Amino acid sequence: MAGDADVLTHAQRGLRESYLYDRATIAEIQRAAREGIYDIRGFGAKRRLPHFDDLLVLGASISRYPLEGYRERCETNVTLGTRYASRPLELRIPVTIAGMSFGALSAPAKEALGRGATEVGTSTTTGDGGMTAEEREHSETLVYQLLPSRYGMNPADLKRADAIEVVVGQGAKPGGGGMLLGHKISDRVAAMRDLPTGIDQRSASRHPDWTGPDDLEIKLHELREITDWEKPIFVKIGATRTYYDVQLAVKAGADVIVLDGMQGGTAATQDVFIEHVGIPTLPAVKLAVDALDELGLHREVQLVISGGIRTGADVAKALALGADAVSIGVAALIALGDNAPEHEAEYQALGSAAGFYDDWQAGRDPAGISTQDDGLAARFDPVLGGRRLANYLRVLTLEAQTLARACGKSHVLNMEPEDLVALTVEASLMTGIPLAGMQQGLLDALAERVAVRLGVDERRVAGSDPARRSG
Amino acid sequence: MSVTAAVETVDLSVTSLRELNQRLHDAGRDDRGPRHWRVLHPNGAHALACGLDAEVEVELEGHVGYYCAGMNERATVRVRGNAGTGVAENMMSGLVVVDGSASQSAGATAHGGLLVVKGDVSARCGISLKGADVVVHGSIGHMGAFMAQSGRLVVCGDAGEALGDSIYEARLYVAGEVASLGADCVEKEIGAEHLEELQQLLERAEVEGVDATSFRRYGSARQLYSFRIDNAY
Repeated sequence: MAGDADVLTHAQRGLRESYLYDRATIAEIQRAAREGIYDIRGFGAKRRLPHFDDLLVLGASISRYPLEGYRERCETNVTLGTRYASRPLELRIPVTIAGMSFGALSAPAKEALGRGATEVGTSTTTGDGGMTAEEREHSETLVYQLLPSRYGMNPADLKRADAIEVVVGQGAKPGGGGMLLGHKISDRVAAMRDLPTGIDQRSASRHPDWTGPDDLEIKLHELREITDWEKPIFVKIGATRTYYDVQLAVKAGADVIVLDGMQGGTAATQDVFIEHVGIPTLPAVKLAVDALDELGLHREVQLVISGGIRTGADVAKALALGADAVSIGVAALIALGDNAPEHEAEYQALGSAAGFYDDWQAGRDPAGISTQDDGLAARFDPVLGGRRLANYLRVLTLEAQTLARACGKSHVLNMEPEDLVALTVEASLMTGIPLAGMQQGLLDALAERVAVRLGVDERRVAGSDPARRSG
Repeated sequence: MSVTAAVETVDLSVTSLRELNQRLHDAGRDDRGPRHWRVLHPNGAHALACGLDAEVEVELEGHVGYYCAGMNERATVRVRGNAGTGVAENMMSGLVVVDGSASQSAGATAHGGLLVVKGDVSARCGISLKGADVVVHGSIGHMGAFMAQSGRLVVCGDAGEALGDSIYEARLYVAGEVASLGADCVEKEIGAEHLEELQQLLERAEVEGVDATSFRRYGSARQLYSFRIDNAY
């Protein structure tokens, strides 16, 4: 986007930019015409989407009693995998690190994720390409992903993992496979994936040995048998037909549902996929909670939400909507040092800028995070990176606690829909959270007017959802 | 269950699958206990003898369901019947022999070891193969060796459509007809080294009456290794 001075200059000259064909759109058409290939990039969706910012937290006043900040405890621990696993994960905070591959990320970056997560008592997750010794060593609690490609999948790592995450999809590209471009396939990455060095590596979009929910149930059973029913099994889905997908994953035997909204990040995906496939995290949470509620398994099967979690407010609101924990990816990389201003000159040299850099697929990351170049990776200090991540995770937790205490909650998981109001009509409709200022009487009157027009029995409408009795 | 000096017999009509697998896993932890197991009445159960990591031999006296011998390491598993989906999936080492036929995704993503199927195999045999060897005495269905990365697939009968689609460096040998080759899969010359490895595989898989020189070899044209717009479908 142009700065104010630039806009003024154009406006003063009588030049008017098209809303439809703005400069970014024109540049993309020109790039496509020049290169003949779609734009592949990292990061997540950049368009504006309904999000947790469209909700507000109702602090306590007369009708609710707050907890004293700094003095009264507000717990943050969460247990994942209580349904079947004999060894559920016990986390000190409800913020986990999402799966990101060694290959997409450098080995020291993966190590830093483990260090940071471990310092604050939470889990980190492997990714496509398998488990590295560095991340296992530095991750007290490590979730091992089973992906369609099965790159690096082996039973020894399965058995030394703390939980297993069967990845069906991710928010950035539900229905899409992966890709790791040739310049990131170093000798070590290639060896872990059983592939030649330097080729473009494609990851399948479907699992090789199961198709559909009935097969998935058998697959999860096999994983439990292999690991003697000790480890929690997560099923990760990209948010699309969330209500049905959650129910099918639960039916298949998942201990934990990991639900990634369309704002979820990726190391390398077509821009058109990132921006146009899936549904936002906000409605996805509601659909998932509804699905679990209907099965009578909300809280028994835990729900981990990801896709655009940036602040403690996002954490608190996700929990209030019914999630048991959240997961972060893009924000974790930023905490490590991605897009840091100190690399501004190098970002400029790559045709980008600090705050805009999304070419994580290219392997030329000056911060040494999304690269397999030894020289660039050596710039990244995993100890310092881990410390930064731990700091950031502490801030997220403190912020979530601050909001929970304001609502009178002695545990962040006690946040509830009743603690929220919506700022926009769309957020209200997507989440079932009443629009701020819409008192229950107004809602009932509106519902009755609609019911009359639709011919619905008014008596059924009058006893409407208790979750809407606030605002 | 009864313990004899030679063979530990487990009857799945009275013992649970969980108990059997746990005992097999325990046998691998300290490499003590029975070396030879015989399992009666498998009755198509899923996840039989999966996750083994021991120098044991397990004979399954009947048909088995999905993922039999999944992620096998070191063990020898013999199926005296047919096998369901994903037999020996992600095997790391060892030997799995199916006397009958196998369903789809046999040997999927297997990294090492040898899978032998004496009957036929349906779709996606050796899908995403990562180094293991698969020998099929009969024929295989469509999409065999899809995205197969390394390892060898030997088919003594025919292969269905789209053999070796998007293949990487796996080597495919087929004695019979190939319905069609998948994207980027081409026929390649058979040299002395190929005949030698093929002969060894046929012997290890107890294939008789099939001459190694009757096979044709298929592999990657390596045209999909770097994205080119001309290759897009």
